[in-house]
Amino acid sequence: MSRFEVVRTGANASGGEPATQRNIPHRGAEANPSASALQTRFSSAIKRVEVIWGETVVFVEPALAHEIIRWLHDEQSQQYDFLSDVTAVEYRDAEVPIEVVWHLRSLPYRRFLRIKAQLPKGKPLEIDSVYDIYRTADWLERECYDMFGIQFRGHPDLRRILMWESYKEGFPLRKDFPLRGRFSRSEQLRQALAQNPEARYSMEELSIADAFAELPQDMRERLSKGERTGE
Amino acid sequence: MSKRTVEVELSTTGLDAQGRPQRIPILTDDGGGGLALQAPPGIEPDLEGEHMLINIGPQHPATHGVLRLVLELDGETVVRCIPHIGYLHCGFEKIGEYRQYNQIICWTDREDYLNSIGNNVAFALGAERLFGIEITERCTVLRVIASELSRIMSHLVWLGTFCIDIGAFTPFLWAFQRREEIYRLIEKWVGARLTTTATRVGGMAADIPSGWMDGLRQFIRTFPHTLDEIDRVLTKNAIWVGRTVGLGVMTPEEAINWGLSGPMLRASGVDYDVRKDFPYLDYETYDFEVPVGTNGDVYDRYLVRFEEMRQSVRILQQAADRLPEGPVNIDDPRIILPPKSKATSEMESMIHHFKVVMEGPRPPIGESYVAVESPKGEKGYYMVSDGTAKPVRWRIRPPSFVNLSAIPKMVEGHLLSDVIAINASIDIVMGEIDR
Repeated sequence: MSRFEVVRTGANASGGEPATQRNIPHRGAEANPSASALQTRFSSAIKRVEVIWGETVVFVEPALAHEIIRWLHDEQSQQYDFLSDVTAVEYRDAEVPIEVVWHLRSLPYRRFLRIKAQLPKGKPLEIDSVYDIYRTADWLERECYDMFGIQFRGHPDLRRILMWESYKEGFPLRKDFPLRGRFSRSEQLRQALAQNPEARYSMEELSIADAFAELPQDMRERLSKGERTGE
Repeated sequence: MSKRTVEVELSTTGLDAQGRPQRIPILTDDGGGGLALQAPPGIEPDLEGEHMLINIGPQHPATHGVLRLVLELDGETVVRCIPHIGYLHCGFEKIGEYRQYNQIICWTDREDYLNSIGNNVAFALGAERLFGIEITERCTVLRVIASELSRIMSHLVWLGTFCIDIGAFTPFLWAFQRREEIYRLIEKWVGARLTTTATRVGGMAADIPSGWMDGLRQFIRTFPHTLDEIDRVLTKNAIWVGRTVGLGVMTPEEAINWGLSGPMLRASGVDYDVRKDFPYLDYETYDFEVPVGTNGDVYDRYLVRFEEMRQSVRILQQAADRLPEGPVNIDDPRIILPPKSKATSEMESMIHHFKVVMEGPRPPIGESYVAVESPKGEKGYYMVSDGTAKPVRWRIRPPSFVNLSAIPKMVEGHLLSDVIAINASIDIVMGEIDR
């Protein structure tokens, strides 16, 4: 009937059939076994482990986050090969640090783990990129930078992704960013109208096929003086 | 260079000198892909030309929305692809921080708008974990029906537009005709076609009306015929095969490392399906199969999505057979609105109504990440609560965003015309990518 050699995703390394979780307690459910493995391996770098609604959260030292995720990815007994998400959380309380969150999945062991690193306010928001481990991190880290202003060290192309390159209002998902934007509507409109409609290509793109040389004279002059292009 | 011959049944007469049906050999290699055409003898191909800058989009019918691709071409071969997104950015995640949980559900409609009812279900599941709610038996089955109907809808739109992009018009009409039937069913149920807002935290906006199941059963009965027809027209069609085989290949290791999910990942041969691996809504009790491809090219993605529609019909059949009687919503006046008649006649119900609408239900402090298998892949909602009625952070894990991020890898080395086929095979929805 089916033209596929159908592979059931039933059996796996951890054994046992998965089932829909029911009656999950708020706190105190059984932790993911990887959490204790991490505590054994990286004792002091693991600040604390919480289990909230059945999901294990591991708080790690920001400086060692990259090394820990690298270990989770490479270690044969863990094999967290799938990066679901990279994001950040800022709390309404200004004292609470910003958290960078990685959602990791181990497809062979069918495990899910949340890694968090807390970046205190008042210091530059910087953390190592996991781009060299997961290529998924490329756009996800760019989005996180775009929305929160977190610098991912080692990301090869960290620039805005959803907002445009010359966006000046800051980082939209930060709590000090008002819902309607930082600038007034008239200022936003003025800036939009003042944008050079020709400046739709980044400098990298303008290097293709002598596109730069074909721009109008005045635009070439402005761009060569360091004006940023629109994207 | 590997040689792979696909047997094709030509829909037009194609006979060779001996009168046998023609077989079209398809030469594929890792970089080039597609039909390897040889230049006529005697003519030296001119490959010394300079590179060209080509811009596709943001307003282009083949980009499925407002995607913009900047391509560097060498002749007709793509050397570099730089995608630009964000033209549809609305800040859903920011707006969600200023809305109560039930109010966010209508934003989930507008994000992946081909799968709106599936998003409603996914968000409600995430919020319910955050609230610590167990939904009723009937609600679980109704949500399975909603999710699978919306998977078929989304795949039909993908199939139709994919056909148009490649140049086949007829399957588009067949697919959209059947999609219209599902929309009619959805409209009977929740009153809206696209912006459904079908779920509530703890239940559904409405139970199905009487006689609705008959419409669903009729759809289940007749829909496989349409699939068979489209299958007959496309799957062994020489043009179709020639335009799709060997394009945009991702190996299993690459696909996992690039974070692809859903049919994109399964076409590459990785058997990861959230419904099987991290089940929700009792999916482990349904009997269905997960199609997994072998080559990871555009053709395999087509086959995988096609088979998924058949499997969705199987799930719908089982769900229709087991739908239990009973209440749809949970019995908790702090979370669920009272019936309208009671809210206007009983003091207590009116107070509950007022509290739920004005203050909103409050989850305990905590956070949850619930992922579902959306038609595009693993869609997750990550919510963080500080105990107030509005989330501190509402994050969408967008499957098409991550799938699209692999497009430079997939198109480089292919022809310009294949960029359209590869882009169509990702099944992107810009509403979800830009949010």
